[in-house]
Amino acid sequence: MRLDVPGDLGVVGDAVELVASHLPAGTLSPRRVRFNFRTALAEALGNAIRYGTGEDPTKVVHVRVELGREAVRIHVLDGGNGFDRNGLSDPTRPENLEREDGRGMFVMRHLVDDVAINEKGNGICLTLRVG
Amino acid sequence: MRFSLKKDKSGVVVVGVDGQLIVGNRQELKQKVLESLEGGSLKFVIDFSKTGYIDSSGLGVLVSLSKKIREQGGELRLAGLNADLQTLFELTKLDTLFAITRTAEEALAAF
Repeated sequence: MRLDVPGDLGVVGDAVELVASHLPAGTLSPRRVRFNFRTALAEALGNAIRYGTGEDPTKVVHVRVELGREAVRIHVLDGGNGFDRNGLSDPTRPENLEREDGRGMFVMRHLVDDVAINEKGNGICLTLRVG
Repeated sequence: MRFSLKKDKSGVVVVGVDGQLIVGNRQELKQKVLESLEGGSLKFVIDFSKTGYIDSSGLGVLVSLSKKIREQGGELRLAGLNADLQTLFELTKLDTLFAITRTAEEALAAF
């Protein structure tokens, strides 16, 4: 399953619903589709649109969902320059709790079974094990 | 409509979030609540009983609104989180930042 999403944050919700609605029944539990899959995809798309396209609607983010026997993998790739993984701080530390941002990667890592980021930092693969 | 605002008889504003609170609609929620705050309302309940998921941007806007409401001497309470959303708040330790009740009615009664 492939989808090109324009660099417009306003379409994230619809894009997530479109992809989630095309997941074959029985791959992931309804609860994981409803929450983990949707939240993780919204996070990845939001980051890609904000930082990868600069919210330029003429640019696109590529989403590919790979359905394997043991796992569902969501690939999100943008045309940006990537991000600095070393710049991420722990959002649960007391001094960060009242920050508005900085929770995206933390949330994704807790919602899926594996998060892999490409070398450039502009592509992410989220793996949810089937079940 | 994704967000609904209703003021109860004691002046508490109950905000319903239908669907999701994410990067694409968080500004709309922020604007509606801030308009109500500027209009003199100080007590708010956000009711998530019809909410499927919240991303980190949605969490961020709740943190921001809570701060702004507190600065004006008011309070923001959260209610109606399903089990997954409750876990999300616990993971991010935001459950320590907000007063969270099972239902909007309980939140209203606690003011």
